[in-house]
Amino acid sequence: MKRVQYSNPILPYALLLPQLAIVAVFFLWPAVEAVRASFYLEDPFGFGSTFVGLENFKDTLTNSQYARTARFTLIFTVLVAFFSLSIALLLAVKADKVIRGAGSYRTLLMWVYAIAPPVAGLLGVMLFDQHIGPLTELARSLGWNLQVGVTPFDTAFVMVITAVWKQIPVNFIFFLSGLQSVPKSVQEAAAIDCRSGTRRFWTVTFPLLAPTGFFLLIINITYALFDTFGIVDLVVKGEPGNNPITLVYKVFVDGFRGNDLGGSSAQSVILMVLVFLLTVFQFRMIERRVHYN
Amino acid sequence: MASITLNTVRKIYAGNVEAVKGISIDIEDGEFIVLVGPSGCGKSTLLRMVAGLEDISSGEILIGDRLVNKVEPADRDIAMVFQNYALYPHMSVYNNLAYGLKNRGIAKSEIDQRVRKAAEILEIGEYLDRKPRQLSGGQRQRVAMGRAIVREPSAFLFDEPLSNLDAKLRVQMRMEIKKLQRDLKTTSIYVTHDQLEAMTLADRLVVLNKGQVEQIGSPMEVYEKPASTFVASFIGSPAMNLIPMKKTALGWEPEQGDGVNFDIRSDASEFIVGLRPEDLEILGDGAPLGAGLAAKVVVTGVEPVGAESYIHGTLGEGGQEVILRAAGKQHYDIGQVLSIAAKQEKIHLFNRQTGKREEEISALQPA
Amino acid sequence: MKKVQLLDHAVLILGALFMLVPVTLAFMTSTHDAMSVYKDGLQMTWGGHFTDTYKTVLTEASGFTKSVTGLTMLYNSMILGFGFAIGKIVISMLAAYAIVYFRFRFGVFFFWVIFTTLLLPLEVRILPSYEIVQGLGMMNSYSGLIIPLIASATGTFYFRQFFKSVPDELVEAARIDGAGPVKFFIDILVPLSKTMIAAIFIIMFVYGWNQYLWPTLITTDETFFTLVRGMKQILAVWVGAQIPETNQAMALAVLAMLPPVVIVVIFQSWFVKGLVESEK
Repeated sequence: MKRVQYSNPILPYALLLPQLAIVAVFFLWPAVEAVRASFYLEDPFGFGSTFVGLENFKDTLTNSQYARTARFTLIFTVLVAFFSLSIALLLAVKADKVIRGAGSYRTLLMWVYAIAPPVAGLLGVMLFDQHIGPLTELARSLGWNLQVGVTPFDTAFVMVITAVWKQIPVNFIFFLSGLQSVPKSVQEAAAIDCRSGTRRFWTVTFPLLAPTGFFLLIINITYALFDTFGIVDLVVKGEPGNNPITLVYKVFVDGFRGNDLGGSSAQSVILMVLVFLLTVFQFRMIERRVHYN
Repeated sequence: MASITLNTVRKIYAGNVEAVKGISIDIEDGEFIVLVGPSGCGKSTLLRMVAGLEDISSGEILIGDRLVNKVEPADRDIAMVFQNYALYPHMSVYNNLAYGLKNRGIAKSEIDQRVRKAAEILEIGEYLDRKPRQLSGGQRQRVAMGRAIVREPSAFLFDEPLSNLDAKLRVQMRMEIKKLQRDLKTTSIYVTHDQLEAMTLADRLVVLNKGQVEQIGSPMEVYEKPASTFVASFIGSPAMNLIPMKKTALGWEPEQGDGVNFDIRSDASEFIVGLRPEDLEILGDGAPLGAGLAAKVVVTGVEPVGAESYIHGTLGEGGQEVILRAAGKQHYDIGQVLSIAAKQEKIHLFNRQTGKREEEISALQPA
Repeated sequence: MKKVQLLDHAVLILGALFMLVPVTLAFMTSTHDAMSVYKDGLQMTWGGHFTDTYKTVLTEASGFTKSVTGLTMLYNSMILGFGFAIGKIVISMLAAYAIVYFRFRFGVFFFWVIFTTLLLPLEVRILPSYEIVQGLGMMNSYSGLIIPLIASATGTFYFRQFFKSVPDELVEAARIDGAGPVKFFIDILVPLSKTMIAAIFIIMFVYGWNQYLWPTLITTDETFFTLVRGMKQILAVWVGAQIPETNQAMALAVLAMLPPVVIVVIFQSWFVKGLVESEK
């Protein structure tokens, strides 16, 4: 790490102890427990559990409801990532270009970062409410009878739009900082080589932004998978019923409401694998990014 | 004040990389020693071992009579000036100077007195309340020096302290460091890759190459009698011309090119001949080739740098490149042939295989 | 040129409005009375009942939650935000200091143990985490709320990155100046990290304040509810009501977003720097 390091028989361990203790008790133990539970069938009345091998996984993966949830999660993730990334990129490019009011635009476009997903969810529910929501009214005037919580498509629509709204600021911040770190000399060289501003963007600026984009893509996938829990919970008003939900929400519903510990754990483990792959991929990306610079 | 003794000091890094290969140097009390060499020659590692920032793989380091191999840096009674100054950015200049003294438990009044004295010597008195970032490069350099002075250590260690300064400041600070060291008479080890800095500062130079000592001596000794082709090419600018020559049926010939008139009585069949650019006299057209070594040089370019001119040429058409130094502004045409000569005592001979200096100059015969 | 600039501004203004309008609606609606919102829907204009609404939600334990006032929830949110941010910074700075500045047995191993926590977010191990906290008797307590959230090593990694970027010579100079590890940490490293600490504090405060799933599970006693945790309760009561007090629901939503938004806007440059730098 450093060329010169301290050595001390106790101090480094003492410094690490709080972190390690918390990691051990609240991370490693539950993680191991989740994996273990996924191989057992819990007795619903609390009379112990039986080892069932991969049974829970088989049940989960062959369950049609799980398949439907997985399909929705995929679509949801793709839509959220696509729209929040592309809108944020558009805004960042414009914000990078304007001179007058650049600071104000930056503030106006990023502050929503601080809003919690469930609060965003509540706003979404209110805006699209049957009786008082102005956006429902707007949809109705366009001939669309929007019914959140009743029509799955409409519910999903509100989830996506709320999730995108909440995620634009993060993407905007990163894209803007990415754009601002493109060296001025490179932009000037491009301006001399290429007349068309649009072409210049796609051939010079965009490739230089690609590492930021890849990195954000992973961030957005993780966000859509996990951090939208609050949005989903609020938009379905805590009653999944026939509504579309994400995989993480299903883990919660099956584990805490359905008391299907084994099944819920198996789902957790599947998500763990997914997250693990994403993270490994992300670190590979970051390494690549270091080489770019 | 103390002498410093290095006794076959070695540094072996993980993976068996030997950065310092058994170096022994005796540094006298009050002496200014400069370790000079190209990057990667082990000079910084050696200095850091003296400071206690690197472990010693084998060998001994003594400061005064005390073996310090296992002594903590803070307890070695040394002070170090770093290349990037390593000033504490959040502390005022005053506290930067005082920090080491405070840690030593020195009385407040004593600290204050020492800091003010050092500030006065270095003319940084008016900046004592400022933060390092509010200072110019030269001022930061002074603060770094001040931090070393207040400690009143038995040795100063300098790790390329001037390389972050611009050329003009570097010359100025060089003079100041020299003066300061002369006034304080503190034993100093100074690391640099800049041969000019080394020449101007050192009482004795230690030229290092690949973890080994090539030569130790006063600057003029090293300049006038370089112990090897490495030293010859490293010290002096422009560098010494090194011309590999071999004995043929027709006499001594340069390996590349021709037109060299040179003889030597020797059993060896090859040498490297070293000639400093300023030792090569230009004889003018048609003048006879003088004693020692004489040659014909085809001019390939002239660089006037003001007080003098560097003339680039080759030994014969397309032969070995050589540089000559001439006073004032000179004009020569490209392709013009010059007759040059070097006096016998100005010719350096090196062994072709080992690169070591041959002391058999008396064996030279007039050409 | 001029026309192009105009278009740029138009796009940006549209984007800003997209971000701004929902929250403005929420705030304006909260200044109306329940009846007018029920009749006319969400409002975009000032309603004049600002003090009434906010006084009610802050001080009265009625309406949405039966046993807790908005003020208590605000207090709980503050505890979670500050507790999490401070706890995380202290613990992760110490750990990062050990990892970067010390040579010791198992150092690399410990580093990797901590590293693995980045691989699995709380959401995927939620059930066993809940059981463990329950087993430890930490339900409905601030420690149960805060400490398990600190398990993820993000802070440790931010500080590790930062410490690595501190010039090596500084610790070398400090050692020659006679500063041991504790002195170096307190006298030099902590003061040097001030901006970094501030940036991470902002990010972590917002993160802690905005926690939802974990508080939902760990706090069943309403006196421990945070504002964000309370959102669903608010919604549930609102949905069931005859004439829903939408103004009060919106007022609580505004309270739930106000502190983190204010902090992020005020310390914008630190926050942005921290966010962007730390992800490198």
